Amino acid sequence: MPKFESLDHLNEYRRQLRARRDPAQPQVLVCAGPGCLPLGSEEVAAAFRAQMEERGLNGKVALKTSGCHGLCARGVRVLIRPQEIAYQKVTPGDVPEIVETTLVGGGVVERLLHEEPETHARCQHKTEIPFYRGQQSLVLRKLDVIDPESLDDYLALGGYRSLRKVFFEMTPDEVIDAVERSGLRGRGGGGFPTGRKWRICRDTEEPVKFVICNGDEGDPGAFMDRAVMEGDPHAVIEGMIIGAYAIGARRGYIYVRHEYPLAVKRLTLAIQQAREAGFLGKNILRSGFDFDIQISQGSGAFVCGEETALIASIEGHIGEPMPRPPYPAISGLFGQPTIINNVETWANVPEIINMGPEWFAAIGTEGSKGTKVFSLVGAIHHSGLVEVPMGTTLRQIVFDLGGGIPGGRAFKAVQTGGPSGGCIPAQFLDLPVDYDSLQQVGSIMGSGGLIVMDETSCMVDVARYFIGFLYEESCGKCTPCREGLKQLKKIYEDITHGRGEEHHLTLMEDLCAAMASASICGLGQSAVNPVLSTLKFFRHEYEAHIRDKKCPALVCRPLLTYTIDPEACTGCLACVRECPVGAISGVKKEAQEIDQELCIKCGLCYEVCQFDAVRRE
Amino acid sequence: MDAARLEGILSRYEGEPYDLIPVLQEIQDNYGYLPKDEVKEVARRLKVPLTQIYSVATFYKMFSLVPKGRHQVKVCLGTTCHLKGGPRLVDSLCSRLGVEVGYTSKDGQFSLETVGCLGSCAQAPVMMVDDKYYARVTVDKVPKILKLYQS
Ligand SMILES: Cc1cc2nc3c(=O)[nH]c(=O)nc-3n(C[C@H](O)[C@H](O)[C@H](O)COP(=O)(O)O)c2cc1C
Ligand code: FES
Repeated sequence: MPKFESLDHLNEYRRQLRARRDPAQPQVLVCAGPGCLPLGSEEVAAAFRAQMEERGLNGKVALKTSGCHGLCARGVRVLIRPQEIAYQKVTPGDVPEIVETTLVGGGVVERLLHEEPETHARCQHKTEIPFYRGQQSLVLRKLDVIDPESLDDYLALGGYRSLRKVFFEMTPDEVIDAVERSGLRGRGGGGFPTGRKWRICRDTEEPVKFVICNGDEGDPGAFMDRAVMEGDPHAVIEGMIIGAYAIGARRGYIYVRHEYPLAVKRLTLAIQQAREAGFLGKNILRSGFDFDIQISQGSGAFVCGEETALIASIEGHIGEPMPRPPYPAISGLFGQPTIINNVETWANVPEIINMGPEWFAAIGTEGSKGTKVFSLVGAIHHSGLVEVPMGTTLRQIVFDLGGGIPGGRAFKAVQTGGPSGGCIPAQFLDLPVDYDSLQQVGSIMGSGGLIVMDETSCMVDVARYFIGFLYEESCGKCTPCREGLKQLKKIYEDITHGRGEEHHLTLMEDLCAAMASASICGLGQSAVNPVLSTLKFFRHEYEAHIRDKKCPALVCRPLLTYTIDPEACTGCLACVRECPVGAISGVKKEAQEIDQELCIKCGLCYEVCQFDAVRRE
Repeated sequence: MDAARLEGILSRYEGEPYDLIPVLQEIQDNYGYLPKDEVKEVARRLKVPLTQIYSVATFYKMFSLVPKGRHQVKVCLGTTCHLKGGPRLVDSLCSRLGVEVGYTSKDGQFSLETVGCLGSCAQAPVMMVDDKYYARVTVDKVPKILKLYQS
């Protein structure tokens, strides 16, 4: 890779790069995204490498490991181009057949094609799969095309093209103007208008300013930002260069949580490549503008996703939030004006510049423009990453793209916004998803986690889970959050242990009111959402726990009883071996019995029994 | 204290107070915990009071003040994994390793931790041993996974 000294140099390199590439060359793209990687992407890629070597296909067929292909539920995914054949659940053992049939023979391996859950219809091409058909990809569009470790791949698709306009045709004010007109709002949760934030920062007089990319992605159940950082790292860097130029920053930070080692690796490499190519550093493309980026790693604290806590963490302190104002745009990192935006926000910026703000503003709803990436998980057929225009309904996302709920079970709720969000019941399935509509039903857009729950989820348990999570993660600085969460946690423990009382419900509402109005940061202010939304829409479940001492979904352990059905039990003793307290006894090859006094209701016996002999009530 | 080993880490930084967290992260990754003598030296070199170092080391979950086991077992208790049986994995691991969450087994082989979300929610429940992910883990797979690491 040369160091680009000028625009002409870059354009000429891009032209030659494209001329060298044959669009008809067969390509094998093995997904190594967050979903496929644990299923063995590396082993599948290695098998392809070995097979292609053996069949003399090296040089003829291009093999790439790419970012997330989206449909994680059916990993490991392999995409064959140019035919766009989408194979699913590929194991190393399937590879010889794919090579033989598809790469050599030009045919299709039927059994590895996508199958729709209800109709069992097979789909050969990616574009035929309903999961993909309903999507519109702006942020994710390069993920199943490029090798994230190749700057050439990124450049071939027009990467860093926006810098021409930005540096040579637009003033910083015009860049901010464009972002404002696009209607882009922050994808990290709050939905603050991005252009307005940049304007506030630009208007400060300070000479030293910073830009930060928030890649902390702390919401459990969300992996959009991870997929973008791992799958298209240069898009984030390109966005940050534009933002830095707009506000006049010379230094940027990308803050990544340490649970994402691959994201750190890919970003580190991308930054190094961008430096070598001259997109970062001094006098970028002879524009006279200097800018560089460094990575700062999180150390395992959810609250560090909050912008002021994140800044404290980069400065070397514990991640305690500060009351705002002053906002970071006025006084942020080391007391200097700082723009902090989410990964997905940054990744949207280059296309807004390339395609123009009007193009972007034409997508989405009145108040929410563009697309949103969601991680769709939980009780759903097609869990994975989806990107849809703002305003798509929950029903479309859950049923049309997600393929609905497995096992013929009923939809109960969808949880959005992570621990700061709420649970949305079936009656709102036709809600168009955007910042404002979700708020109206007591949840938030959040960073984009969508967790689907069916009748086997207990909503009291879900709320208890989030409160437990937030209790652990509260930094403890302000009293309403620290003590409020402690009391809520205690009440939830009482309710789920059969010690709940009627007055607990009003007490919880009172606590929530105090926390929402008096906590310093968003963690405490929005911690009430999981509680209030479940209290509102699933009050009957709370009442069942309190009045009948029953958990209707059979989740809350202390309210359950486990017994063994003597008819079904074969006496294989699998449960006896698993029981941590030795509560199960009996003669081998005969029916076993559970001692109710000793049983701690952990459910391990229920899970290991191969004969459905353990009953849970 | 192995002065050369620590020097190898410190020499890559400017020696300013804001280098504290990255330096501690490297020590944690390198030593498996934050040894006392090393921490004192870091305080001196970065001109940061020991109290601040201990407040940082106890605030963030990735730091440990005691040595960890040879293998780090992390069970995801993110929302999806919670719903799909993560807590039962924790129970099973606790009883098999004879430890509670946050501790190391007597033979020094395994440390057990729970984490917020590993970002592989589509394969819930997920656990990690060292750098390797295990997808869709059921209780009966636990002994097989542990066996791979028992020496
Ligand atoms: C408790 C808490 C956790 C947060 N975690 C994240 C996070 O993981 N990622 C993120 O981008 N924003 C997170 N935010 C929002 C940030 O404070 C900030 O608003 C955001 O990074 C701004 O970027 P945006 O305008 O592009 O969304 C969190 C906020 C709170 C209160
Ligand atoms: S909830 Fe376990 S990987 Fe996300």
